[in-house]
Amino acid sequence: MSSKDVILGRIGRALGPVPDEPYEAAVDRDYAREHGERTTEQTVDLLAENLADYRAIVHRTGEDELPDLLMRLLAYRGARNVLVPPALPPGWLAAADPVRIHDRAASTTAELDRADSVVTGCAIAIAETGTLVLDGSPDQGRRRITLVPDHHICVVRVPDQVVSSVPQALERLDPGRPLTWISGPSATSDIELDRVEGVHGPRTLEVVLVSGSPTADA
Amino acid sequence: MSGTYLGMPAFPAAARDAVRDTTLRANLRHATHTIRDKRAKAVAELDDWARLREAGRQIKDHTLRHLGEHLLRLEEAVTAAGGTVHWAADADEANRIVTDLVRATGEREVVKVKSMATQEIGLNEALEAAGIHAYETDLAELIVQLGKDRPSHILVPAIHRNRGEIRDIFAREMAQWGRPAPDGLTDAPAELAEAARLHLREKFLRAKVGVSGANFMVAETGTMVVVESEGNGRMCLTLPETLISVVGIEKVVPTWRDLEVFLQTLPRSSTAERMNPYTSMWTGTTDGDGPTAFHLVLLDNGRTDTLADEVGRQALRCIRCSACLNVCPVYERAGGHAYGSVYPGPIGAILSPQLRGTASEIDASLPYASSLCGACYEVCPVAIDIPEVLVHLRERVVQGGEFTRHGAKTTLKPARGHAAERAAMRAAGLVFARPGLLRAGQRLAARTRRAHPRTLPGPGRAWSATRDLPTVPKESFRDWWQRTQGRGAGPAGSSGTASGTASGTASGTASAEGRTDEGKAGA
Amino acid sequence: MRVALFLTCVNDTLYPDTGRAVVKLLSRLGVEVDFPAAQTCCGQAHYNTGYRHQAEPLARHFSDVFGEYDAIVTPSGSCGSMVRELYPRMGERARAEGRDDGLARTLAPVVPKTYELTEFLVDVLGVTDVGAYYPHTVTYHPTCHGLRSLGLGDRPTRLLAAVEGLDLVELPGARECCGFGGTFAVKNSDVSAAMGTDKVRAAESTGADVLCAADNSCLMHLGGTMTRLRTAMRPVHLAEILASTEKEPWS
Repeated sequence: MSSKDVILGRIGRALGPVPDEPYEAAVDRDYAREHGERTTEQTVDLLAENLADYRAIVHRTGEDELPDLLMRLLAYRGARNVLVPPALPPGWLAAADPVRIHDRAASTTAELDRADSVVTGCAIAIAETGTLVLDGSPDQGRRRITLVPDHHICVVRVPDQVVSSVPQALERLDPGRPLTWISGPSATSDIELDRVEGVHGPRTLEVVLVSGSPTADA
Repeated sequence: MSGTYLGMPAFPAAARDAVRDTTLRANLRHATHTIRDKRAKAVAELDDWARLREAGRQIKDHTLRHLGEHLLRLEEAVTAAGGTVHWAADADEANRIVTDLVRATGEREVVKVKSMATQEIGLNEALEAAGIHAYETDLAELIVQLGKDRPSHILVPAIHRNRGEIRDIFAREMAQWGRPAPDGLTDAPAELAEAARLHLREKFLRAKVGVSGANFMVAETGTMVVVESEGNGRMCLTLPETLISVVGIEKVVPTWRDLEVFLQTLPRSSTAERMNPYTSMWTGTTDGDGPTAFHLVLLDNGRTDTLADEVGRQALRCIRCSACLNVCPVYERAGGHAYGSVYPGPIGAILSPQLRGTASEIDASLPYASSLCGACYEVCPVAIDIPEVLVHLRERVVQGGEFTRHGAKTTLKPARGHAAERAAMRAAGLVFARPGLLRAGQRLAARTRRAHPRTLPGPGRAWSATRDLPTVPKESFRDWWQRTQGRGAGPAGSSGTASGTASGTASGTASAEGRTDEGKAGA
Repeated sequence: MRVALFLTCVNDTLYPDTGRAVVKLLSRLGVEVDFPAAQTCCGQAHYNTGYRHQAEPLARHFSDVFGEYDAIVTPSGSCGSMVRELYPRMGERARAEGRDDGLARTLAPVVPKTYELTEFLVDVLGVTDVGAYYPHTVTYHPTCHGLRSLGLGDRPTRLLAAVEGLDLVELPGARECCGFGGTFAVKNSDVSAAMGTDKVRAAESTGADVLCAADNSCLMHLGGTMTRLRTAMRPVHLAEILASTEKEPWS
């Protein structure tokens, strides 16, 4: 008898006969789809506020000013090189000086570790929790490129990519893709249960909210 | 569970040492009180908290009632997405599966994300015995591993250590395991975090095998979810070529949508954040991104035995947030080690005796490690009525009866050591069944009240070592009522002399006598 | 309305003054209260220590004694919650054990009629100012079963706040258990004593001269701790404060 059969047999005996119950009828989904009422603009403001509350550095700009802003942010940081996902919109780094390192399947972890910064887009952002979600699309790249470098700049198109809440986010995400939810720079509560920023992931997270731009796949 | 815990003394004895350890008391008090207030604020931000909590309870209850189907569906989805599913009936089997999988890669070391399931089965020790070294990468786990210590909290295993102690452990131990701690390391939390970052980075970058648990497994999609803060989870889940996740079978949820409940309630309950810094979700393997091999080990190890108990099975709803530990006045004073299990605190007191049975001294004592104050139930995001289960398990300990162990129905004998209590309870039952006997007892006590000691010998010392006994009044209420039919109610003998009977005035008479007995109290 | 006083075995034996205070208070408010002499114990100690089956006859006895009254008033949040929360559970458990509905049916009538004293005053009688006078500085400790099982909320503090001459000061960490916990106080006496000491220190820090609660078992533990720590405070049951008037001070 396989362990699978053993375990399933134990479960069957533990529960005895169980009546058929349709799952959706068993759970009251009367909790809120989002908390509070906000205009689109207010939702974007809340995103900015909550990102900043967890120590992300938030910038707001228009599409035309984006290349200049990214150039300045990388320069301020003193980045000599910058990791880029395979399909970052070509204009974004048009003004930036650092050497681009392209996310390639062949690059080793040691090479990744030598990158100063990384610039990506995102799949969506959640206002109520101040969360960015990456789904590995071509403007975001593999999960590792936003993990190993110490400085991550993430560009969010507002308001198109912004949702209010966690339930709304899950509706828009594809569970088949590898997903990374990011809420502020890496942190820990392991010393006396008090939050300290900066452990293994990027210690500096900069978020650029870009308005007046076309949607990501346009 | 892990052999580390064998031979633990019963809870009261272990707790006694903790209560007297002033550093430990201060560390725990500081940490739990810090997080308590923050949690309350984070929860108060959501006006639908009660409904989220109820939905979480319903999702988990329904899942448990149909656990077999959901696991089969999960297996199918994970397999379809390129993963391999293994089933482990107990700790030994799970350890064997993981050891064989690591051996097959030819690697001698693995990096680990903090996981309760792998601690429960003692995976690190099993791997070590097979010549494979497991590096814990969570900051608190690292502190515990470097300090050759045991975890004392679900979320923050090193909660019993303060920053100064952590500094000392890092400075002393890091060099033996890899990159030493920076010179002149202080106890500033940011510096300690930096030291961990530097120490572990080389291990992350060279690791070929990662081992994790999971917070949730979605049956319909085969998606695994790991909720974390530091990024060590992301490192272990995405950089290695092989990923092995050991997950308790109760962690399955039926649908993708169910995450919308738990991703709101878990972070606020555990670290008191709107959202934890990082959450990773993966489904099988992805071409060109992350591990090329994914193994899921589904672990029973006592869970189906727990499922067989209609009252006790609610413990399987637990999402390991640790809010119940942080709010528990007993945990705060006894510390996590006293619970003799990787699952300390209120949830541990109902989980360990169910997963392991109540045969050992420590497991039989855990259901009593609570004043039943109910603070744990109040904060639980999946509404586990911990006091209800504690009382239920007390019943199992003192009265025995039928329960399930290793999948088989077993009849348990009443535990030894409760015989005197059983007799006392029976005697009390007899007295309370006959009001006349109760009256006779009260009168006897009243007549002999002058002779009552302020402290008690033998087992009674457990009370009187730290507390005076109340004074027995001259007349019980029922005698007074019989005499007066409630007329002229006032303090005893309303002439006002003998006010030393009521709670309010017990201290009046007791204080003087308490002083004379101090010598005895310390004895 | 026929109102019965369910005093509890602990109060009957050790704290008769609390019983007299309830009688005095209720008569002042125009409620005639009866004390059914056949009452003994609700069975809580048995139940919570793991002797549910031994608690069952006590619960049946309770139901026999109090079943015919319209309201059952008790000056104990703990024993009140035994009846209100745990009697129904005992019935359910008996059913789950394959016995019939007998126990559940026997216990059902007393459950909704049982009121903790402050519930009876505020919800049934509709009063918060009971005309009491008590010239002391008082801090209030909400005991766990009253607070969490019964959900007494601010009823006790509203009653206290309306007492003339009484200065009510907030107890830091009020919601935290005092450490009594029935047999817990003996089975885990070290932790229990540590909790009791912390509670007494918190009460002392308020500068109050009286620590008030609505459960004498918790006050027994705290009072015993206070005399051992030689604090100047006194533990007083809420009923005794509410019974006190300018003309007839209670203590």
